[in-house]
Amino acid sequence: MSKKRVINVALIGNPNTGKTSLFNQLTGLNQKVGNYPGVTVDKKEGTSRLSTKLKAVITDLPGTYSINPTSLDESIVLKTLLNSKQDKTPDVIVVVADIENLKRNLLLFSQIKDLRVPTILVINMADQMKRKGITLKLDLLQEELGNEVVLVSVRKNRGVESVKNAIVSSFEKAKSSPLCNVNDRIDADYFERLKQLNSNYSLYELWLMITQDSFPETISSEEKQQLISFKNDSKNLKKYQHKETIYRYQKINEILKKTYLVDRSKASDLRARLDKVFTHKIFGYVLFFGVLLLIFQSVFDWATVPMDYIDGAFADISGYIKGQMPEGVLNSLIAEGIIPGIGGVIIFIPQIAILFLFIAVLEETGYMSRVVFLMDKIMRRFGMSGKSVIPLISGTACAIPAVMATRNISGWKERLITILVTPFTTCSARLPVYAILIALIIPNEKLFGFLSLQGLTLLSLYILGFATAIIAAIILHKTLKVKSTSFFVVEMPDYKLPSIKNVLFDVIEKTKAFVIGAGKIILAISVVLWFLASNGPQSFKDVEKNVTENVANQQLPQDELDQKIASAKLENSYIGIMGKTIEPAIKPLGYDWKIGIALISSFAAREVFVGTLATIYSVESDDDDTSTIKEKMASEVNPETGGKRFNFPVGMSLLVFYAFAMQCMATLAIVKRETKSWKWPLIQLFGMGALAYLAAFIVFQILS
Amino acid sequence: MSTIASLHIGELAYISEESLAEIPLKLLEMGCLPGAEVELIQLAPLKDPLYICVNGSHLAIRKETAAKIKIIRVAK
Repeated sequence: MSKKRVINVALIGNPNTGKTSLFNQLTGLNQKVGNYPGVTVDKKEGTSRLSTKLKAVITDLPGTYSINPTSLDESIVLKTLLNSKQDKTPDVIVVVADIENLKRNLLLFSQIKDLRVPTILVINMADQMKRKGITLKLDLLQEELGNEVVLVSVRKNRGVESVKNAIVSSFEKAKSSPLCNVNDRIDADYFERLKQLNSNYSLYELWLMITQDSFPETISSEEKQQLISFKNDSKNLKKYQHKETIYRYQKINEILKKTYLVDRSKASDLRARLDKVFTHKIFGYVLFFGVLLLIFQSVFDWATVPMDYIDGAFADISGYIKGQMPEGVLNSLIAEGIIPGIGGVIIFIPQIAILFLFIAVLEETGYMSRVVFLMDKIMRRFGMSGKSVIPLISGTACAIPAVMATRNISGWKERLITILVTPFTTCSARLPVYAILIALIIPNEKLFGFLSLQGLTLLSLYILGFATAIIAAIILHKTLKVKSTSFFVVEMPDYKLPSIKNVLFDVIEKTKAFVIGAGKIILAISVVLWFLASNGPQSFKDVEKNVTENVANQQLPQDELDQKIASAKLENSYIGIMGKTIEPAIKPLGYDWKIGIALISSFAAREVFVGTLATIYSVESDDDDTSTIKEKMASEVNPETGGKRFNFPVGMSLLVFYAFAMQCMATLAIVKRETKSWKWPLIQLFGMGALAYLAAFIVFQILS
Repeated sequence: MSTIASLHIGELAYISEESLAEIPLKLLEMGCLPGAEVELIQLAPLKDPLYICVNGSHLAIRKETAAKIKIIRVAK
């Protein structure tokens, strides 16, 4: 028995078994999300005190049905297990199964068991046994499996302590015997030759290496080459894999026949009754559309209250600091660069959190699988899969997790099309841009007394985004020549009430990741913008003198003079020069050089648009002006017409531009990583950019 | 020869032993084995995908996959 005080424990299990609930119960708030080296799969880790002497670092591995991976997420499980001779690898594996699907869950268990790592089997949802008419002979099952089995119901917080005890005892025993060892029964001669090849690894490990093309980091390149050439000589690899699975199920069936009984007459038919409604050919779609409407309405309605508050609060803080701190560069950097920059990030939290909340609830209840089922055939006409619906909905929060959520789409072409069109869906970074423009150009009135005009405009923009995504998908489906075989299978889990803890953890974690990830970019750009706006070449330094001389005979009041100076300063700053340079190109769209500045900075991230205008107008305005960004934009005048700068045609043109343009560097980086090529993100950048320019041009020319 | 794609809603059958090579490994691993009982629970509105219960697993698969998996009907 080893002496170490902190052990590594890995949680493995099928999706929908309550694995993450168990993880949350074991670790509480002591958890963090990191990345696996080299891939962008989230790695969830937490600590748990098992006994007075022993602490565990628990890793929640991605859900999988088998150790043989079919997706990037699943391959992490095999990678972690094959590297079991290294430091950071599991001392104990906890396989989480659910009582209703025990047979299928045991397949994964049997594979893990054959790796000979100390393992415990946790059977969850024990409280459901009666309702489903299940009886289990626990002692006999333990004996037959040769392994410790713990019955729990995590949602009711029952059995979590026994899981901890079982981890401790199986760590102390520190050994495990294989369950099936089926390889010899498939083709004794073949597997004997494989075994002779390498004595550093067990036969099952070698078998996994050659079938899954996944090798431990410690293997020498010579050994690896040997295995690869052995694999290339094998003709029946696929057949053997089929046979292996059949043998495993035979063994599992033998065991379960003796230990697991189901009385179907006692089983409740709640699932069947709910399925009749949720997958109905009319009500199913009506319900789904209703759910979507509810999501969008709440994002615009509920979220605006805290958002207005945040917007106002940051304007106040900025004004307060301006007044309290001694004047100078530092004052200006904090009050005009950093504070509005942070405000521009914080303001997203309400909307993002609400969107993630809905998605988490839909996933937790099992409803999302029904949506996949309903939408698959329709989505296939557009070259996508039913599973593309989840990324497209997630895309309304942020394209980054959405692009990552495409990983479980197994057909490469379906997946690629989903990745390429997802940025058309209205992500929350567009929302602040939309919200402020809509508030400026659409009157706050109700149609027929109850339909908010502003809400309707927002809804139209969402529909525009989805429709464009679909049209783009059809075009890609017809034109893309990509070789791909697609295979589709979705588990339809039982309906469950969502666990509040799971949903909250999920929302907090994703919101945090977004705010920190996007926040860094936004904050950095805000500071750079502040610098570019408060500095400039020689002409910038002469501004004050020139302006004062020019208007010397006009007897202007002091504040008007200050305004003129600030305005001229901005025009002559570095950023003003950049904006002026692109002004001829964007004039046909109705924009001036100040909007041009915002457009340039938006190519880092869309939401920077609002922050940039905030920075520009606070640099420009006089010292004690703490009005909100909306008020500042509303009072901005177009000197050529004398009317408002943000009038209806300009506002509409901007809305359309932001709906189409690919203005998010973080998404481009993720697309590059997921598609392993610069080709696709560049196609997105230029294709969407050209479409945005063209559409904004047409809209402005027609409306003005 | 009948396949899963030719089942009626609510009909029970057994997966034929002949289909082994036609069943994708992932489906096998999820319990769709020769000899297993299969029931068609629901069809999506455009008759594709199929919502089946096989070996106790509730799964949705596409018609093209279902049409490859042969079954033996249960005599009524």
